[in-house]
This record gives sequence, C-alpha cells and structure tokens, in this order.
Amino acid sequence: MSTVNPPQTDTPNMSTPVQPAAEAATSATGVTEANGSHAHPTDWLYVKVAIALALLTAFEVFTYFESVHGWSDTALIVMLVAMMVLKFFLVVAFFMHLKFDAPIFWRLFVFGVVLAMVIYMLMLTAFRYW
Amino acid sequence: MSITQRTITDPATIGTEDKLALPAGPAVATRPLGVFSRPQGSEGWTSWLFTVDHKRIGIMYGAAALFFFLVGGAEALFIRLQLATPNGSVIGAGTYNGVFTIHGVTMVFLVIMPMAAAFANYLLPLQIGARDVAFPRLNAFSFWCFLGGGVLLTSSIFIGGWFQNVPDAGWFNYAPNSGVLFSPHKGVDFYAVGLQITGIASLVSAVNLIVTVLNMRAKGMSLFRMPVLTWMLLITQFLLLFALPVITVALFLLMFDRLWDANFFNVAAGADPLLWQHLFWIFGHPEVYILILPAFGIVSEIIPTFSRKPIFGYHFMVASGIAIGFMGWGVWAHHMFTSGMGPLSVAAFSVSTMFIAVPTGVKILNWLATMYRGRLRFTTPMLYAVGVVSMFTIGGLSGVTHSIAPSDTQQTDTYYIVAHFHYVIFGGALLGLFGGFYFWWPKVFGYMLNEAWGKASFWIMLIGFNFTFGPMHILGLQGMSRRIATYRADEGFAFWNMVATIGSFVIAVGVLMFLWNVFFSTRAWRRAGKPDVGPDPWDARGLEWMTASPTPEHNFDTDIEVERFDDFWHRKYGRNEQGRIVRAAKAEDIAHDGSNTNVHLPSPSYWPLVLGGGISLVGYGLIFNLWIAALGLVFLVGALYGWCLEPADDPDAVHSHGAGHDDDDHSDLHSKPVAAEASHAEPDPDPDSQNEAVSSG
Amino acid sequence: MADVLMSEAQTTDEAHHSSTGLSNEKLAMWVFLGSECLLFGGLISTYMFNKDRIGPDDIGPSDVFDIPFTSVSSFVLLMSSLTMVFAVSAITRGDLRSNRIWLATTAALGAVFVAGQVYEFTAFYSEGLGFTTNLFGSAFYALTGFHGAHVTIGIIMLMSLYVMSLRGNLTSERAETVEIIGLYWHFVDVVWIVIFTIVYLFPQ
Ligand code: HEM
Ligand SMILES: [Cu+2]
Repeated sequence: MSTVNPPQTDTPNMSTPVQPAAEAATSATGVTEANGSHAHPTDWLYVKVAIALALLTAFEVFTYFESVHGWSDTALIVMLVAMMVLKFFLVVAFFMHLKFDAPIFWRLFVFGVVLAMVIYMLMLTAFRYW
Repeated sequence: MSITQRTITDPATIGTEDKLALPAGPAVATRPLGVFSRPQGSEGWTSWLFTVDHKRIGIMYGAAALFFFLVGGAEALFIRLQLATPNGSVIGAGTYNGVFTIHGVTMVFLVIMPMAAAFANYLLPLQIGARDVAFPRLNAFSFWCFLGGGVLLTSSIFIGGWFQNVPDAGWFNYAPNSGVLFSPHKGVDFYAVGLQITGIASLVSAVNLIVTVLNMRAKGMSLFRMPVLTWMLLITQFLLLFALPVITVALFLLMFDRLWDANFFNVAAGADPLLWQHLFWIFGHPEVYILILPAFGIVSEIIPTFSRKPIFGYHFMVASGIAIGFMGWGVWAHHMFTSGMGPLSVAAFSVSTMFIAVPTGVKILNWLATMYRGRLRFTTPMLYAVGVVSMFTIGGLSGVTHSIAPSDTQQTDTYYIVAHFHYVIFGGALLGLFGGFYFWWPKVFGYMLNEAWGKASFWIMLIGFNFTFGPMHILGLQGMSRRIATYRADEGFAFWNMVATIGSFVIAVGVLMFLWNVFFSTRAWRRAGKPDVGPDPWDARGLEWMTASPTPEHNFDTDIEVERFDDFWHRKYGRNEQGRIVRAAKAEDIAHDGSNTNVHLPSPSYWPLVLGGGISLVGYGLIFNLWIAALGLVFLVGALYGWCLEPADDPDAVHSHGAGHDDDDHSDLHSKPVAAEASHAEPDPDPDSQNEAVSSG
Repeated sequence: MADVLMSEAQTTDEAHHSSTGLSNEKLAMWVFLGSECLLFGGLISTYMFNKDRIGPDDIGPSDVFDIPFTSVSSFVLLMSSLTMVFAVSAITRGDLRSNRIWLATTAALGAVFVAGQVYEFTAFYSEGLGFTTNLFGSAFYALTGFHGAHVTIGIIMLMSLYVMSLRGNLTSERAETVEIIGLYWHFVDVVWIVIFTIVYLFPQ
C-alpha cells in the first residue's frame, strides 16, 4: 500500500498554490495545452531550445578562434559569460522545467546558484584575484 | 509532465513512500537479490540494526553522541592535566597536538552535531504531526554512515599505537601544517576521510529533513504555526545543505594532496595555503550556527513551558533565526584577521561580524521577555535553559570583542578565543542539549529523570564550567597561546591554569552525576513497576506531547489537524468569562493513547546498515590499502542495488495490527496501490481516521 | 531561503493537507541540486584560483587544450539533454518504447562524452600534464574528474532505468522517476556549460 500516488486527476487537491502561476507562465511561451487542463511544453519547443543552444555553442567556439585575431580579453570574457548564462538559463528553464514548475524549486535552485556565486566571488575578491 | 504528475501525499501514508526506490518485480519484492528476506518486526536488538523508525534512529544518535562525549571528555581531561602546572609532562608535545585536535573534532562533529541530530530525528516529525520522515531508509543510512565516520575518526586514537596516527593539525587543520611534510603519519588522512564520511551523513539527513518539514506537515500546520524548535532545526538543515559541500571540496583537495601528491596546498609548487582557511571557514562559520541553533530551539521550547506563557515574539524568534542563517554566510573571514588578507577585507568582515550579533541579541531578549512575569517553575530543564541564556550571552559578548579587528589581533590564538568558543559551544549548545535530554526524556523513555539529581548535576556542571573557562579569558589576555603544550613558571599563568584544571574535573563529576541519574532513574522506575508518566508530564505545548509516552511506534493514532500555533496547549486551556486562562481539558483526554494498531509502517531494511558500513570500509581503504576500498565498494554497490530493488514498503511485513496478510501476492503494489490496498482494507472503526493509507487524489 | 518558505507558508492554510502538493522525491532532488551548486562552485573557483600558479616554463592550459575536440564532446553532452527530455515526454505520453530508445540514446551520448574525456586525459598526460605535475594539472583533473564522475553516475542510473523498462517495471505511473533522474542529468550538463566556458574558452 501507501505508495499511493496515482497520476493526478482534477480533484480539489489539484488546486495547489503553484498551479495558477505555472499555467500563467506557460501560456506565453509556445506551449500547448495537453492532458486536459495541464499545460506542458511540446517536444517541438525542446527542439527549438536545443537549436538555440547549438547556435550559442557554435558562436562561443567561434569567439575562441576569433580571439586569435586580437579582441580585447575583457570584451571576450563578457561575451562568453553572457552566452554561458543564456545557455544555463535555457537548460534550466526548459529542459529542467523550472519555467513551468512549482516556484519553490526555482527558489531553492536559484538560492544555491546565487549563494555559490556570491560566496566564491567574495573569496576570490579577498584574494585580490581579479 | 511535471505538472500532470504532481502528486499529493496523504499524511496517513507519509513515511511509507520511497518512490525513488525502483519498482520491484514480483520475484524480488520480498527477497531482494533473491537471497535475503527482509528483516521484520520490531523486537530484539537486531531490530535496532535494521530499523527505519525515526524515533529509534534518534535514540541511537543520542546514545552514540553520548559515547563520543565521554571519549572527547576524557581527552579534555588529559589536556587540562598537562596544563595544570608549568612545564607539565603528563603527555608530550606531539601527543598534546593530537589530543587537542581529536578533542575538538570529536566534540564538534561527533558530539554536538549528532546530539542535535538526535533531537531533530526524534522530534521533528512529531512536532509537525507526521508519521515519520520523508525517507525513512535514508534516515537510517544517515545514522550508520555517521557512526562509520565517527568510529573511523575515533579509531585513529589507537590504530598503529596510541596516539601514533591521530590528527594533529588542530580541528581547523590549517595548511600547510596538515601536509605530509609537517604531519607525516596518517592522522590527517583520518581527519580528511572521517569528516568526509560524517559529512555525507549530515548532507543526506539535511535533504531528508528539509523535505520532511516542507512536505509532511499535518493538516493546518502552516510554516508559521511550527514550533520554534522545528524552525531552528529547519534552518540548521539548510545551513548544512549549503555549507557541507564547501568543506567537502576542501577535504577532497586535502586528501588528493596527501594521498596522491596533488599540489593544492603545496607551497613549493606555488600554492597559497590560505585557500584552505577560506574554504574551511566558509563552512566553519555556518557550522557554528549549525551547532547553536538546535540548542536555541530547545531553549525556546523549554522556557515557554516553564513560564506558562507563549514564546514572546514568535515571529521575531523565527525571523532572527532566518537572519542568522543568512548573515552567517558573510562573516567567515573574521577567523582570518591576522592572515594578511589586507585592510579592506578585514574592515568589511569586521563590520559584518558586528552586525550578526544583532539577531542573536533579539533571541536573548525574547527569552527574557518570555520569562518576564511568567509563572516560573525551575525544573531541571528550565535550569539548563536559563543556563544557556546566561552563558551564551557571555560567549556572545566576547565574540563581539573579537569582531573588532585591532583588538582581535591581540586575542587571536590565545586562550581568550578558547574561552569564547567554549562559552558558546559548551555554555550554549551543550547545556541546551542536556536540557533537552531532561525535558524530553519522559516522552522518549516513558519516565522522568530524577529532579534532585538533575538539579545537583546541573549546578555542578555550571560551576565547573565557569571555573574551567572563565579563567581562560584572563589567561588569554595575559598572552597565553593556545595549542602550546606547556608554559614556563615565570609567565604567570600557573594559578588560573590550576583553577581551570580543577574546574574541568568538577565538570566531569557533573557529567558522571548525569549518567548516574539515568541509571538511578531507570532502576527506580523499573522497581516501581514501570508507572506511566502520562503523555504530558510538564504541561507542555508542542504536538509531541499529544501522544502517549513513550511515543508509540506509529506516533499518532489519527491524523492531526492543527488550528493555531501551540495548538496542543490551546486544546488544554481556554478562557473563562472573566478572560482568565483556565484548564479546559486534561492532557490525557486529548492525547492519543497509542491504542490504534491499524497503522502500516515503513518496513525495516538491511541496506542502510550495509551501505553505511561499506562507505566506512572505503574510508579505511583510502587510508591504508585500496583493496580494502575495493571491498567496501562492492558492499556499497550491492547495498545500493539491494536498496533500489526492495520496495520501501514490505507487503509481507507484519503490520502493527498483528496478523500477517494471508495473500502474499502484492506484486502490483506499486502500479495499482489503491486496488491492492482495498483488497484487504479492514473495516475502519472510526470513519474520520484514515490510518490505512488511502489516496487523497 | 526565507522567501522560499514564506510564500509557501501563506498557501498552506488552504484546505489541502499535502503541505506543498509536490512529491518528496522531486523536492529532494532539487534540494540536493541546490547543494551541488556549492560543490561545483568550490571546485571551479579552486581551478580559477590555481590555474595560473605555475612556473613560466611549466605546462599550462594553452599548451594542452584542444578546443575543437572539446567543443565536439561538449556539444554531444548538450544534445544528450535534448534526448533526455524526449525520454521524459515519451514516458509521460505512455510511449514506453520511445522512452527506452531515448534513455539508451542519452546514456550513449553521455558515454561518448566520458570516452572523450578519457581520451583527453590520456592525451594531456602524454603531453606531460599529470595530476601531480603542477597546480594547473591538479586543479584541472580534480574539476573535470569530478564532473566526469557525475556523468558516469548519471549513465549508470539511466542504464538502470533502461533495464527496468525492459523488465516492464517502468511504466508511465513512474514517469516522475525518469523526470527526477533527468533533472540530475540536466544539472550535470549545465555544470559542463559553465566549465566549458570558464576552463576552456576563456582567453588564457
Ligand atoms: C554573537 C555572535 C558571535 C560573534 C560576534 C563571534 C565572533 C567570533 C570571532 C571574531 C572569532 C575569531 C576569533 C579569532 O580566532 O581571533 C570567533 C571564534 C570562534 N567562535 Fe565565535 N562568534 C559568535 C558566536 C559564536 C557561536 C554561536 C559559536 C558556536 C556555537 C562560536 C564558535 C566559535 C569558535 C569555535 C571559534 C574559534 C574557532 C577556532 O579558532 O578554533 N561563535 N568568534
Ligand atoms: Cu566565526
């Protein structure tokens, strides 16, 4: 017994706090309504995300070869970090569903990411690393 | 899909779910790996080895922590004997390094942390009205893993000869002292591996308890109706969750350096050993809050009970705990003021450190305000709680004096620091945990500890404590360095050192009196024919008192529904026409008597123990011989697969309602749970109670 | 941390009593991933801090890195995230066969990545960069090795799911198990996105 987690149907319990927000978020993003009232991304959306990721990666690698022709290091790093952040965001938001999922997941994860960044950058700053 | 698959957990089923466990085919349901049958039942000593009951796990944590406390205490007495007189020669300088290091490591990682884990495991589910933690088997694993790491660390004392291979670079183990060059024996390897293992245990348990609090609260138990202890434990788990990986990294780097010649702290290869200090204290400062917050929570349960008032400023209490949880991340370099970080870093960390005293002060004021005009009852737990409030205040104040960097430059690495952290850790954390022992003892074991002995032992401990650590303020300001095995007669340290040594033996007497009290009270209770203390001997406030003592295996007879903070108290008391508080009901009438035997509990399992043992073997293997590690790995992998193949919940287990099921074909357990359940549902005497799990979805 | 809890607190007063309405396992995975951020953050900053602490004639990043090669293996890992989401959406639809195919594909792509890493390590080693050679070597192998270990664990979990599915034990009721392991897999991928940029692509 007790492993009692049947797939959800429309019981009153479904009106979990996170539900409305999640649905609102999905409607703007090329997400179709499947399974009755529950929105979730289609495979096609995933493919589009993957294409974006591939293009970004290609561009990242391109800057590497371009740097040979003498870009300033700072400009290069800024660009690379921007693309890295974008890729990170795409995977986390779409592949990991954070964009559509309960906000608590998003908060937990973002808390970890931000804490790690702040702490370790502070540490490197104390080393006068930059 | 995540949305469509969102599932609802019915509190009646909590503790019995473990869906990460891979679903089992029919053949392996009860005989994982086709060899063993599952452990069953809850009688006899073997049932403790395989238990997944959060209460038993809590008790084992407590017992293990007490054992390590005696070990660490004996080490402390050796330190004090060595320092009792000038030019002491009780133990040599090399052994002295080992003794104070293993003392610190033991007390922090093997005493305070697991003792807090004991309370967390036992009380957290009860206080939120749950049946168990979210992942009972993982919980058992945490304990065995901790115990394995603790045994590994402690065994360093005698492996290869007494104190030959004991860690000896201080509990914070600064590089490059911790390198092979300066510490050529295996001591620091024990440190690196042992703490790594206990770290895994704490991390797993942090995940488990966080999920438990977020997800398994009883109906109506919103976060801001949770007891302050639950809150403090939750914040502690978050601190563990985010702080442990940092020391994990540091310990791995250290291990790589020592075992496989990496260069992370190899100054000759250009390394900067300050990296260790930063990583250690990024973990280390949150760690000191990990040590103190559970005690703060315990005090916040004891003081309202014995003041007969609700906690003053509940929201402030919670918010200051959260604030400490946040600010604790931004102060770590106050341990490094003299490391040459540069004036800007020193100034910044000095200021942030001063600020962190504010939320701590808020707590102290709240406790005082709770007691103010309360109807105080100075029972033993209350004495301990008041002891915490006063002793911690002294330690907190000396902490603020270190936050001023120029003055800390004088204090650092002297006995003044030793005085500070003993006032906060012994006077704060440990006294709080001892108060917790007295307070919850009747709930856990069904009888009270003797009050007279309890009070006597409290006073002896408190007096001994102040004689031991009070003088260290003076010694430190006189310039006595910590971690030096002896001092000359003409340095003027002799008198206060002698006082401190005498004080430490007084503490030891106090601790022995506690142990005697346990023995004495148990015997008295047995001789009296094991009388029942009743569910609520202290007239307390939390949900844990709303069930029989000792807590029945299934915690509560029916699901609890909570309507406000301190719900249990409000069920007992109401106001009359004049607005005076009067008793409305007897605790015995409200509390569950534990008679419901119709509750299905999570089944015991071998694998947590095997997995924990396997990890500890891997640890020994890393230190001594990789073949041992390979053997450990075999255990580890085997245990993991056994674990995944066995359902979290054994259909053949003997339920609390006695009769085993005659139909043992529950193979469709996971796929058709509701149907499987319905096939043997028993008539439910009380239509409102949902003890047999039924899906709410 | 606090506001995670606060916002959730207000809503639990409502009638349902499953606290958050989320499954324990998925919540646990996210909690765990939050913790992993600090682990990899520590390793990455250790690498950044140490990579240039080498002698002038020492073997360093620009001597060994083979960007085209690593770009390809990074791309492979990135695409394994796509196949992973396909696996999840297949099992959600109840399409167990496609689920198996995508699980296997994901594991295979992961294996290609790990194989690439093994090749890279041997190549670097033969060029004279060992774990103990200098600080760059220690830091590089520690960071990428940790990541590789995470990928390997992911592959093992995916293969276990595959075997379960073959035995008929992985039906759409357990789609969430696949999703949770997918979360882990994507996380490992995301970490590699960061490592690839900071370790390999940043101008040396
Ligand atoms: C009121 C807040 C507190 C402040 C402002 C504070 C401040 C400090 C400072 C600045 C130091 C470094 C001194 C030095 O090494 O020169 C220190 C050391 C220490 N503190 Fe605190 N502290 C506070 C509370 C606590 C608490 C609650 C605990 C533990 C439960 C604690 C445990 C320690 C330990 C263990 C050390 C010494 C570590 C070592 O060097 O071995 N402190 N404290
Ligand atoms: Cu500190």
